[in-house]
Amino acid sequence: MAVEVRLPTVLRQHAGGRSAVIAEGGTIGEVLADLVRSYPGMKGQVLTEDGTLHRFVNVYVDDDDVRYLEQLDTKVADGVTVSILPAVAGG
Amino acid sequence: MLRLPAPVYAEIVGHCLGGLPDEACGLLGGDPASGDVARCYPTRNLAASAKLYTVDPGEHLRADRDAESRGIEIIGVFHSHTHTDAYPSPTDIAQAPDPGWHYVVVSLRDTHPVLRSYRIHGEVVEEEPVAVEPR
Repeated sequence: MAVEVRLPTVLRQHAGGRSAVIAEGGTIGEVLADLVRSYPGMKGQVLTEDGTLHRFVNVYVDDDDVRYLEQLDTKVADGVTVSILPAVAGG
Repeated sequence: MLRLPAPVYAEIVGHCLGGLPDEACGLLGGDPASGDVARCYPTRNLAASAKLYTVDPGEHLRADRDAESRGIEIIGVFHSHTHTDAYPSPTDIAQAPDPGWHYVVVSLRDTHPVLRSYRIHGEVVEEEPVAVEPR
């Protein structure tokens, strides 16, 4: 199914400046893989080379952080919004 | 240039002092074009550490939505250094997520807090002026 994916400013340059795009998939992993297929500039910034969620981003299904759900296996239902934000941390 | 209304400046420094002995952190909402900060969003430090900080991802999402509803954006982050200068640490530089952001560091090492702001492009760190303005 198609869902809306909201992008952080740092990724918008790879999507023609858009703040939200549509991607397809039944799980978060599939949605993010489709996103990177459509916008190859995001390669390596959302998913790692091993196909895991990059530690520098947080991904949410509606209000929920997927790290506290089933990570990339988290199911995506019709009408949900997927949000990507930078993971903000330092020392 | 980062412009901070005086009440926001006070809120940032107050949140940092309130977080002692750990580092404290939060996000800045404002106009990305001008660097005018309209409000700050104090967040929990999930790392709960005197040497590291992690902005609570759930609070980040709520801050992002609140900012959008007000017609502003998250344009930066602030955090405290409890025992070192108000300068980004190697960890801060390595993990800086967005070259468009303003990175505010508040040093609590000395008697009086010291607040400075930086832009971080890759490994290049550039300090920027901070104007504290009456609202």
